[in-house]
Amino acid sequence: MDFELNEDQRILQKSARDFLKKECPKDLVRNLADTDPGHSTELWQKIAALGWMGLLVPENYDGIGWSFVEQAVLLEEMGYALCPAPFISTTILGAQTLLMSGNEDQKRGILPNIVAGDLILTMALTESDGGCEPSALNLMAVREGDKWVLNGIKLFVPDALTADYILCVARTGDNSSPEKGLTIFLVKTKTKGVNIAPLKTISKDKQYEINFNNVCLKPENIIGPVAGAWPAINAIINMAGLARAAETVGVMRAVLEMTVAYAKERVQFGRPIGSFQAIQHYLADMWVDILGARSLVMKAAWKLATGRPSDKATGMAKIMVGKAGRKTTTTGHRIFGAISFTMEHDLHLYHRRSLANDPTLGNSDFHYEQIAAGLEL
Amino acid sequence: MNLDFTREELDFRQEVEEFTRRELPPNWDNQIVFWPGGYGTIPIFETEFQEVAKEFSLKLSGKGWARLAWPEKYGGEASVMKAAIVGNVLSYNRAPAGGVASSIVAPSLILVASEELKKEFLPKIADGRAGFWLAYSEPNAGSDLAALKTTAVEDGDDYIINGQKIWSSGAHVTEYAWALVRTDPDAPAHKSATLIIIPNNASGVTIKPIVNICDIHSFNEVFFDDVRVPKKYVVGEVNQGFYNVMLALQFERLTIGSGSFRRVLDELIQYARENVRNGRPLSENNQVRRALVDMAIEIEIFENFYWQSVCMLEKGKVPEIEASALKLVFTELSVKLANTAVDILGPYGLLDKDSTRAPFGGRVGIGYLDSISGPIGAGTSEIQKSILATRGLGLPRQ
Ligand SMILES: Cc1cc2nc3c(=O)[nH]c(=O)nc-3n(C[C@H](O)[C@H](O)[C@H](O)COP(=O)(O)OP(=O)(O)OC[C@H]3O[C@@H](n4cnc5c(N)ncnc54)[C@H](O)[C@@H]3O)c2cc1C
Repeated sequence: MDFELNEDQRILQKSARDFLKKECPKDLVRNLADTDPGHSTELWQKIAALGWMGLLVPENYDGIGWSFVEQAVLLEEMGYALCPAPFISTTILGAQTLLMSGNEDQKRGILPNIVAGDLILTMALTESDGGCEPSALNLMAVREGDKWVLNGIKLFVPDALTADYILCVARTGDNSSPEKGLTIFLVKTKTKGVNIAPLKTISKDKQYEINFNNVCLKPENIIGPVAGAWPAINAIINMAGLARAAETVGVMRAVLEMTVAYAKERVQFGRPIGSFQAIQHYLADMWVDILGARSLVMKAAWKLATGRPSDKATGMAKIMVGKAGRKTTTTGHRIFGAISFTMEHDLHLYHRRSLANDPTLGNSDFHYEQIAAGLEL
Repeated sequence: MNLDFTREELDFRQEVEEFTRRELPPNWDNQIVFWPGGYGTIPIFETEFQEVAKEFSLKLSGKGWARLAWPEKYGGEASVMKAAIVGNVLSYNRAPAGGVASSIVAPSLILVASEELKKEFLPKIADGRAGFWLAYSEPNAGSDLAALKTTAVEDGDDYIINGQKIWSSGAHVTEYAWALVRTDPDAPAHKSATLIIIPNNASGVTIKPIVNICDIHSFNEVFFDDVRVPKKYVVGEVNQGFYNVMLALQFERLTIGSGSFRRVLDELIQYARENVRNGRPLSENNQVRRALVDMAIEIEIFENFYWQSVCMLEKGKVPEIEASALKLVFTELSVKLANTAVDILGPYGLLDKDSTRAPFGGRVGIGYLDSISGPIGAGTSEIQKSILATRGLGLPRQ
């Protein structure tokens, strides 16, 4: 048994840290947060050049073919730097869905372009109910001759405005149970009838509402089995949720670091506030939460990487990290005091990111139920 | 990164499981109320379980399993991992094993004691003939151990010991005190304490029971009146006792009945499935489901910390900060688990161990009370957090 990262993983960690420090400064993060679509093509191309988009893609599609452990290491660094990029959308929601369910033509047509940084993907899953349980997915795709016609509204779609393709989950029939009857469609964002409108969020992440209005698609736009996509969707929700948790661990680490530094330097009553026990104990709690959060993320990542059943582990990471991320950033504000309640200060950027990562891609209801089932409750 | 046990380790676990099932007295689990993370319901500290405990530890040492972590030179296998597996299986089964002697005294002796002391005590510890209690706390020296007043004054080849210890778990059922005493009344506290072994049967040792809130006699107060102890019983160097106790405390904070948390979770899950309230199995009640999932998550984190510390020790590193984090996490978890159990059981959670209607033989109610002791004993949660903040995060001391 060995909990430590290996040499390659440590090199990846270090190089990602160095790269992001240089190429993803806080003013870039701020600028992108305040614009739409909030995407830097330049940064994206540099990331692609490092091979990050292909980390999880096998070599025969031009990727590196590493595992989710490396992906988690990388995501922690991206979270630490608050890297604003449609990375999870493209590499997990997009590339992993294709890898899991696409046919050879679809994979060959798209994956190498993702790896090269030329294509951005996302998935349209959630609807008005806000969750991602099968019963909440009801946008209809109806077969008319050799076409499929999509009608309905998707909400909380990440990165839709920058995306070249949207993987849209639609109901195509077989209503014997909510899990049955779901199909994934590959939709070019530019297709007629696809209307994208931003959802303004306090988390300042890039989420959109998409109105599918008589969108006509061909059978070759279907990814995976007709009316049998739920197992793949479920796997993707878990993977993407884990990816977000990994990112949040990085956010938490950054918050702890900056808060500890501040507590050593800010003087009140003639001494650093970090010498007050109330402050010390907050910081100790934050630290223990981070260690616990990372341990859950890495365990789930390792299970995914080694092909073990991982839904329970993933759900544990997503639930715990979601709560701990918010708690850590909130406590950070408490320790910084009023200065952190300003737009000028950076802490709110971290808080927004940890908040954004929590209720999306498997909210806690979804994961609680999944774990409860795993515990045979 | 590889979070798997090896084939060999899995086989070993299997062997330990079979051994435990075979050797534990059939009715054992119904007699005891041990609660994970508590310090007041540990059966090996109770008089009535001594016979069973001694018999069981003889069988364990017959297998060589009481000294797995020790260096080969002292009859061990130098495998912290195997020792941890034994600890994990035994504590899942709430077996009467793993006392102060084998888990705290022995590893400390190996690191700091003279060869002579090791020769005298290690074999006796291995087969359960030498039981120890920890004589640190005094009425006015709790968290502030440096305030201790018990003195040891040189007299020829001996020390003469005078003073009082308190909260002495198991003093009444063991043979030796692992005692921190003052050897230099003039020096500052950290340079004036010495670790010494005091036989309970030495003349001048008086042990008086204290009953804890679980209605169990587990700890005591102990008086030393002119107790004569040979100098060779000093552990490590004179006036270095503080340093040596800090080392021993790290072992103590790792001695935690790692399997006992999951056992309670498994039992609560089964209880929720088998019991009906308001016309539905408890397991279908959303609050119960959530509470149990929350516990499963926290136990997962605790186990990750545990095995991580084991791996560190296996690589020869001493987990300092990790031991504090682990101690903090598992004792706070003990409280949450007890509260969750009481919530799920409702009025049944109040039933005492003598009640025939008590689920789990009354373990939940007593456990609820005992969970109070976890965050107090062996360095309070507040002390652990201060260690994490100052030694771990480098924050300035007060
Ligand atoms: C069941 C049980 C078994 C035990 N067994 C043994 C044993 O076998 N041998 C032995 O030697 N001892 C034993 N102890 C004693 C244990 O080590 C002490 O209880 C512990 O060190 C705390 O000391 P105290 O109880 O005197 O509390 P105090 O030190 O008086 O603390 C009281 C409160 O003040 C807080 N406090 C104290 N100092 C600080 C500080 N610097 N900063 C912030 N908060 C502070 C504490 O956290 C606590 O909340 C046992 C205790 C229990 C409950």
